[in-house]
Amino acid sequence: MDTILDIQNLSVAYRGSPAPAVRGASFTLGRERLGIVGESGSGKSTLGRALLKLLPTADITADRMQFREVDLLATPEKRMLGIRGKRISMILQDPKFSLNPIRRVGDQVAEAWRVHVKCSKAEAREKALAMLRSVAIRDVERVYDLYPHQVSGGMGQRIMIAMMLLTEPELVIADEPTSALDVTVRMQVLSILDGLVRDRGIGLIVISHDLNLVRNFCDRVLIMYAGRVVESLKASELDKAQHPYTRGLLAAQPRIGGPRRPLPVLQRRPEWAEEVRA
Amino acid sequence: MQTETLKKGRTMTVPGLAPLGRILRFLMRQPTSAFGLGVIGLLIFGAVFAPWLATHDPYAQDLANTLAPPGGGHWFGTDELGRDIWSRLVWGTRITLTIIALVTVVVGPIGLAVGTIAGYYGGKVDTVMMRITDIFLSFPSLILSLAFVAALGPSLSNAIIAIALTSWPPIARLARAETLTFRAEDYVSAARLQGASDARIILKSIVPMCLPSVLIRLTLNMATVILTAAGLGFLGLGAQPPLPEWGAMIATGRRYMIDSWWLVTFPGIAILCVSLAFNLVGDGLRDALDPKQMNRR
Amino acid sequence: MLTHSRTRGFARQVGTIAVTLVGLLILTFVIGRLMPADPVRAIVGEEATQDTYMQVYQELGLDRPLPVQFLMYLRDVVTGDFGTSIRTGQPVIHDIAAVMPATLELATLAILIGATLGITMGVIAAVKKDRWPDQLIRVISLAGHSMPIFWTGMIALLIFYAWLGWVGGGGRIDDYFIGLVPEVTHFILIDAALAGEWEVFWSALNHMILPASLLGYSSSAYITRMTRSFMLDQINQEYVTTARVKGLSVRQTIWRHAFLNIRVQLVTIVALAYGALLEGAVLIETVFSWPGFGQYLTSNLMIGDMNAVMTCVLLVGVIFIALNLLSDVLYRVFDPRTR
Repeated sequence: MDTILDIQNLSVAYRGSPAPAVRGASFTLGRERLGIVGESGSGKSTLGRALLKLLPTADITADRMQFREVDLLATPEKRMLGIRGKRISMILQDPKFSLNPIRRVGDQVAEAWRVHVKCSKAEAREKALAMLRSVAIRDVERVYDLYPHQVSGGMGQRIMIAMMLLTEPELVIADEPTSALDVTVRMQVLSILDGLVRDRGIGLIVISHDLNLVRNFCDRVLIMYAGRVVESLKASELDKAQHPYTRGLLAAQPRIGGPRRPLPVLQRRPEWAEEVRA
Repeated sequence: MQTETLKKGRTMTVPGLAPLGRILRFLMRQPTSAFGLGVIGLLIFGAVFAPWLATHDPYAQDLANTLAPPGGGHWFGTDELGRDIWSRLVWGTRITLTIIALVTVVVGPIGLAVGTIAGYYGGKVDTVMMRITDIFLSFPSLILSLAFVAALGPSLSNAIIAIALTSWPPIARLARAETLTFRAEDYVSAARLQGASDARIILKSIVPMCLPSVLIRLTLNMATVILTAAGLGFLGLGAQPPLPEWGAMIATGRRYMIDSWWLVTFPGIAILCVSLAFNLVGDGLRDALDPKQMNRR
Repeated sequence: MLTHSRTRGFARQVGTIAVTLVGLLILTFVIGRLMPADPVRAIVGEEATQDTYMQVYQELGLDRPLPVQFLMYLRDVVTGDFGTSIRTGQPVIHDIAAVMPATLELATLAILIGATLGITMGVIAAVKKDRWPDQLIRVISLAGHSMPIFWTGMIALLIFYAWLGWVGGGGRIDDYFIGLVPEVTHFILIDAALAGEWEVFWSALNHMILPASLLGYSSSAYITRMTRSFMLDQINQEYVTTARVKGLSVRQTIWRHAFLNIRVQLVTIVALAYGALLEGAVLIETVFSWPGFGQYLTSNLMIGDMNAVMTCVLLVGVIFIALNLLSDVLYRVFDPRTR
């Protein structure tokens, strides 16, 4: 398989915090959609940011952190600037906070292009307008000049997607891309993201706490618990999960037409944080 | 201790007087605020032991030995009347401390009274009192003090009154804000239900709760008070000669500055040190009261 | 609906300002009445007869009850009559108009220096929080806040003028340049530049740079502290992460994204610092023999020139209110969310 990312034994420790946030995570990623699932505090978001080396207050160690031909671990900050946004980008959770409130949204999208490609303002604008059209925004000329507080959450997240896919990166990390959105627009935003990722052959990592979303949307799923990857399996085979934590997560999902008894309480055992089953 | 139990359950921006020792320890741990505390300690020490620390009578003129440079007989030299500058500086600490103490004694109660009454009664009383506070706040304090001293006549006591008149508004603002948060507390309602009068509630229940933050705010203000007092002294509107007030010493030394640098240099350093000390302690206090900072270190 | 509430907000603001202005007038009136100087004696002179004295006494309305006197003062102020200075014999308003440009020029240069210094230091301190640059900046700015500016001014004069001869001494300009350029704006730097008299320009700058730097430095303490705390709020925002994900460097992220978001708050802070500068100007003008507002105020204080003092104090209050209002307006202009 065409490997985009190869991570072996990655650990991330915030300075001043006793336990590392991510411990010995290993996985590889091809041209596929990988879901990373875990409850809050399981280290999944930290893992995403560590891949971009965007954790100034944490120490990252790994046996291997290979992105294509680039050894991320050894890449100095100066060269990371050319990788971030150009070859790897990340969609953040809530457009209310992740877009700069006092800059026009269109300019923010165009900036993603101008950081990496030398071009005129007008060219970048055209590029941004085209990208905004491709995330199903109508009347892009008008939207370009709006400020973040003037767009809806769904539109804001589509703008975010446009901004992060504009440079045609090889890998996109989506950190809870839909959890801040209304349920009604979630599917729309997801299908736009899905379409773009498929068309362009982009590797995608979706970080989420939502097992159902990941199950339907991804090819493969990593389950994280307390900083460790406890299980890795195909999304279609999620029901065959071995690990008791994954089974617990699945059992805690309500199902329409399912039996009407109280959902089981999720079990958490400290020993799961110690064993490795990736 | 009783206030401590009452306070439980809500996040305190300002701890009561009980953890004062903890705050002091926190301040001593940082080099900057420890330096500040040290200088303030020296100031108090100097004021208390001035008669023993001074080598000469601060008012004794020696016209045969005017404008003598720093040396063996006079550590910091002598001024235009042959008075020993070191001794005058040491005695000057008493004036500085007097100003600080009197301003605190006047400003604290005025600010507390205005703030707690405005905050407690709310409505029109609040509007009127805060409007008055805002009017005072809309002047830079030095200019208003200047005008007041000019009106009252230049003297040390008038300078202190003028400074006090211009520095109560921030205290009132703070006391009002604090009162607004305490007003709805259960123990205030309890006191009211028991039939306590408004005056009693304000004095017994609200003022003690505002006191710690007001005291801290007063400390933060001290640097400004010292600089304003020195400025008034320098302009000839504060302490009058021959009092060894540092600002006034600089004013008289100004004429001889070019040839006798020591006349203005030493009093200036004294003012700078004391005002810096209060600023450093104030800065440390701000950190100490920031719960995030406190836990981290 | 929105316009309605906006009109009401505006009306309330105008009301507040009016009340504050009346309060200011009461305050200046009280100060004026408390002044020990006898305004009648100042007008009629020491040798005047009792009759002349009483006549002027009544002309000034001093025999009327205080509230009536206040209303008379109010009437005079509204009609633009601020009285005559006893010292100069000129209408006070003329005197002030003549000295104000010197102070404004000094204060403006000072705030430019102070804002540049303060904002730069504040941003650096925020980015390097708790590391040595932050600590160093903390001490530098606190020292600026703690120095008695009249003393620092003297020491600076002693070192840079008397010993090193790098800068001009007191006054706005070297004596032999006085009256060489036509006074258009009354700002010497601008007037000299307009006239193309660069020698005059340099002389003026030479005289101004020291007091302006000291004033700027002392005002930078406040600006530094506020900038740092505003910036710290922004640095932890998600949009900063977004900018970094896009591939912007830390520096680009700070200046192109985070800084834009504190611009509005900074304008407010700088406007307030500008007002506070006037306070320092009073002291520094005395030291540098600067023929400005501060020196005018202090020299009149000494001799108890009531009209002049009252008007000066009133003016400072009005400037403060105006600066507050200005920062409010600028807030609306700069922030797209309030448009």
